[in-house]
Amino acid sequence: MAVFDPDTILAISNKFRLQWEAAQQAYVLLYAEGMIKLNVSAGEVLKRLDGQRTLAAVIEDLQRQFPNAALEDDVREFVNIAHDHGWIIVKQPT
Amino acid sequence: MGAVQLGFSGGEPLLRRDLEDLVAEARHLGYYTNLITSAAGLGEPRLKALKEAGLDHIQISFQAGSQALNDFMAGTRIFEHKLAAARLVKQYGYDIVLNFVVYRDNIDQIGQMLDMAGEVGADYVELANVQYYGWALLNRDRLLPTREQLSRAEAIAHQYQERWKGRMRILYVIPDYYEERPKACMSGWGSIFLTVAPDGVALPCQAARQLPGIEFPNVRDHSVEWIWNESPAFNKFRGFDWMKEPCRSCPDRFKDYGGCRCQAYMLTGDAGNTDPVCSLSPRHDVILSAISSANAAAERGNGAREPGQGEGPIFRNVRNSSKLSA
Ligand code: SF4
Repeated sequence: MAVFDPDTILAISNKFRLQWEAAQQAYVLLYAEGMIKLNVSAGEVLKRLDGQRTLAAVIEDLQRQFPNAALEDDVREFVNIAHDHGWIIVKQPT
Repeated sequence: MGAVQLGFSGGEPLLRRDLEDLVAEARHLGYYTNLITSAAGLGEPRLKALKEAGLDHIQISFQAGSQALNDFMAGTRIFEHKLAAARLVKQYGYDIVLNFVVYRDNIDQIGQMLDMAGEVGADYVELANVQYYGWALLNRDRLLPTREQLSRAEAIAHQYQERWKGRMRILYVIPDYYEERPKACMSGWGSIFLTVAPDGVALPCQAARQLPGIEFPNVRDHSVEWIWNESPAFNKFRGFDWMKEPCRSCPDRFKDYGGCRCQAYMLTGDAGNTDPVCSLSPRHDVILSAISSANAAAERGNGAREPGQGEGPIFRNVRNSSKLSA
């Protein structure tokens, strides 16, 4: 399993498109053969992986929005899973 | 209604000059947009415009009976043109997704098709056998591969799946005639898919129009919501209540939905029958005799052969098509 540096920049893979789906009241990943419905935290993480911000900046931003949770480990774990599924790619390896 | 996928297929969607507008509007509405094209006429300006309109995904298909697929064997220009289009698609950030339609005359060459796909850097390749509707049904005796061909092809497909693991995904689909159970056609009638023909007629699948006694609603006259939920056509074979035996009490009905309504109609005369591909169908004999007839035709030499020998394949063209629809 990949372990990412704090300054890794991640982006949604070109095989998927992240979108807010009003009918589902959830973020979804759309792809050619279907759709993956994301839970709230997965959606919050993925929508920040914009190919611009570093992983550290993303975690910081999340921490600011959800100050009551210790989320770094959870975010890292989820990002690893998302990468293994091919949902996200490394934009600029450092 | 929660639909998230919109596919443009044909015929050839690129023939529509307003395709970019349709894609842009679909994207604006939040759809994941997919274009299925022969890629003939897909040059850089068009691709750029489609990309800007927000197109998400492209599949390049090599249709059975098309000049391009035939050219593949001979290595001529149309085929080269398609490869160039595939490379261009990649440059624009799309995956290269290739669909090859295979049948008796070309199934022995799937190794070459996969080599070629590997060379252009394809991400996903689908090798699907012809479905025996319309044009292909009329030519079934010369299109259906023999049992030996199928087992060879399957072995080759597996070999390539191993070889290209992690780089190129390969899907190989055998003709349903050689299966014991039918395909779960459209994942069930009126279950997931709604097709709108160019004239506005809404269909549960592209082939359904041939079914007699069903009045398919038009999106010009009715809301899509009504068509999907209320229209008699979309409810006709929805769920399980319409089924006859043996499907009606069969545990597999939740898996295959009794197979394909169009195939049931074409081969048994009644769209409400069990798909005869199923070995439990009382009319399974029509499939068995089609197989033996095709295998016999192949043995007589009316089948797999060296390029340039025997009569050429029957192309789909305007002349032949009008014969089919007459
Ligand atoms: S009898 Fe009907 S439901 Fe059962 S396997 Fe055959 S087609 Fe499917």
